[in-house]
Amino acid sequence: MPVAVTMPALSPTMTEGTLAKWLVAEGDRVSPGDVIAEIETDKATMEVEAVEEGIVAGLAVPEGAEGIEVNSTILWLRGEGESADAVPVVEAPPPVADPPPPAPAQPRREASKPQPASEIDYRGETVEITVREALRDAMAEEMRRDESVFVMGEEVAEYEGAYKVTQGLLAEFGPRRVRDTPITEHGFAGLGVGAAFGGLRPVVEFMTFNFAMQAIDQIVNSAAKTLYMSGGQMGCPIVFRGPNGAAARVAAQHSQCYASWYAHIPGLVVVSPFSAADAKGLLKTAIRDPNPVIFLENEILYGRRGAVPTDPDHTVPIGRAKVLRSGRDVTVVAFSRMCAVALEAADALAGEGIDAEVIDLRTLRPLDRETIAASIRKTNRIVSVEEGWPVAGIGSEIAAIAMEDAFDWLDAPVARVTGEDVPMPYAANLEALALPDAARIAAAARAVCYA
Amino acid sequence: MSRQSSKKRGGASAKGNGRAAANGAASDSGRLLRWYRDMLLIRRFEERAGQMYGMGLIGGFCHLYIGQEAVVVGIQACLGERDSVITGYRDHGHMLAAGMEARGVMAELTGREGGYSRGKGGSMHMFSREKNFFGGHGIVAAQVPLGVGLGFSHRYKGEDGVSVVYFGDGAANQGQVYESLNLAALWELPVLFVIENNKYGMGTSVSRAAAGSGLHARGGGFGIPGRLVDGMDVRAVYEAAGEAVAEVRGGRPAILEMETYRYRGHSMSDPAKYRTREEVNQMRRDRDPIERLRHVLESEGHADADALKAIDGEIREIVADAAQFAEQSPEPDPSELYTDVLLEA
Ligand SMILES: Cc1ncc(C[n+]2csc(CCOP(=O)(O)OP(=O)(O)O)c2C)c(N)n1
Ligand SMILES: [Mg+2]
Repeated sequence: MPVAVTMPALSPTMTEGTLAKWLVAEGDRVSPGDVIAEIETDKATMEVEAVEEGIVAGLAVPEGAEGIEVNSTILWLRGEGESADAVPVVEAPPPVADPPPPAPAQPRREASKPQPASEIDYRGETVEITVREALRDAMAEEMRRDESVFVMGEEVAEYEGAYKVTQGLLAEFGPRRVRDTPITEHGFAGLGVGAAFGGLRPVVEFMTFNFAMQAIDQIVNSAAKTLYMSGGQMGCPIVFRGPNGAAARVAAQHSQCYASWYAHIPGLVVVSPFSAADAKGLLKTAIRDPNPVIFLENEILYGRRGAVPTDPDHTVPIGRAKVLRSGRDVTVVAFSRMCAVALEAADALAGEGIDAEVIDLRTLRPLDRETIAASIRKTNRIVSVEEGWPVAGIGSEIAAIAMEDAFDWLDAPVARVTGEDVPMPYAANLEALALPDAARIAAAARAVCYA
Repeated sequence: MSRQSSKKRGGASAKGNGRAAANGAASDSGRLLRWYRDMLLIRRFEERAGQMYGMGLIGGFCHLYIGQEAVVVGIQACLGERDSVITGYRDHGHMLAAGMEARGVMAELTGREGGYSRGKGGSMHMFSREKNFFGGHGIVAAQVPLGVGLGFSHRYKGEDGVSVVYFGDGAANQGQVYESLNLAALWELPVLFVIENNKYGMGTSVSRAAAGSGLHARGGGFGIPGRLVDGMDVRAVYEAAGEAVAEVRGGRPAILEMETYRYRGHSMSDPAKYRTREEVNQMRRDRDPIERLRHVLESEGHADADALKAIDGEIREIVADAAQFAEQSPEPDPSELYTDVLLEA
């Protein structure tokens, strides 16, 4: 039986082509790799190679033929000793396979983890320490608990951290598990992801998240997507942590909030704690999590103190916001350092008779939609606060959630208080103007209360 | 003629005549026949993949490995179960050489449930934890630091596995490659960097893209020894890789630059205006790794025509079976859209 050689699709978009030139004739012997024809596609002239061995039994289309559909027969090949007569004279081209109908539209689903049980109120012992110490304790406890956890980054070991977050770790765990890297963000981020594929649990410190832009390809393309691309085989248990957001007087390249950048990416978990207790509890959970976690700290918060649980088994669940101050009149959502500013604004509003509820989002992906919507159902008004820029920011997402989950309860449009839409200026007065403050948050709250 | 050459670099000892060593070490008939079979499997598999692409069964980007078979087969022959492998997007040959099933690879190309990534990765993204094959990566050179991380994990766990990282001549110009070489040398990680120099990165020839005196020499500043190897001769590859893997297992990275050639276009829609037909034909005629080994097998009496024919038949069956499986396997269930984004904590 002669076999048909069909018009190949030579590009992802080609549906038909011109048979520009035949390079074989009836009776020619061809083997795999021999060029048999030149074909003009929508893009270029391309050569077609034989994939089977055989003798050309007949050409099904003449040279110069235009508009030959992909998958229609262009040539017949017969085997050694087969008669040439067996070639069908006229043959309808094999039907072009219809593309399968598109999958039915799926309801939009958040690819989120199941909601963890609500945070148990911790009744054990606490100690008053800084956020900096809380983060260090979290790493130390998890390193004691799990041999596969290690810390790496610039200046994390001998210098004990550019912001002294890794103080004491080298002394306790040694250079195998606390590794100073060269200044090579792209390289060590990729190395960390590879180590996670290889079964370790790296905690990668970026001196600040500004420098993680050098590594963002490894974070997004390698860490976040590989689980999906592997059909679930390749988990990547890694934490990328470091200071994020505006620092003080360091100008535009060293002062930026990356929350919305990472929160945009399916396959990442994004956490940004405010209190010392959450810094510890959430970092411990992040290290234990089987997924890549972006852990956004804040330099200005490092020295802030709070009561922190000492029980090494106590953790804080990812994916749960926390109501910092309960109120009836307006919801204010914030994260990281902006929680302090929002609380300050709430105090000012209380003096005017406006009772604000302040929510610390804590996790930015997956966002705790339920806590946000429940608060709106109570207050009917919401203000979102962040240091980052307004366009496609976290506040934009909060506004969308308010509409999607609580539209009928809203008595005013959602208000956003954000960093100004400019690179961060250096001058003290301009820098202050570029960032949200309590007065601006209070003004936004008054506006949504029509007060 | 032996195209084998070795470079004395960073204190590495220059090795003797590669051809002689190859003849000594690799003359065992069973082994030569296995390499022949493994290379032929890749060749026939890729030809079939190209054909199925032409029929619209495979979509998107599809980068064929035809012409480069000796590289991966020769290196794989030096690796054991404890070693890990990672590469870029021209990965079908690496997966077959690592022992992954032709069915699962082909079904991934067709985007079906039976594929290694259950249809969610495609040609450029397949993995097998079981075979220590870590992908399958689409960003040029991203696999290089990832592979160094795999080497790091071997070392950290106190295992003696090595990590083999394949990348192209084009990839060799990416900054992250040099960050990786530095880290691997600085931390003495067991990583073998294999540069598959097939002379072009898409349409750009090496001479238009790479300065300096050869890609194998690019570890020089980091004290990483490099060797240039005839990547069209499976015995030369095996010999060079055997030495390099032993060095790497001892705790220092090494580079092998494989001189090789891809016969097909960069991907399926490559009009190949950057090289002449004659150049391709000459490579095929004079250097084809499979024909060269076939000649050795016959002329040195390792196998007769019947034995080779039997191998041909076996391979054809495997490939036909894989193609049939890949066509018949169903598309993934729509519910798969939202699975595998995150693991449950
Ligand atoms: C970072 C990045 N830039 C560009 C591309 C597009 N691209 C894909 S393959 C390729 C050529 C790479 O050539 P080489 O490293 O020599 O590998 P080969 O294709 O020859 O195997 C390019 C430019 C990409 N995938 N990633
Ligand atoms: Mg190349």
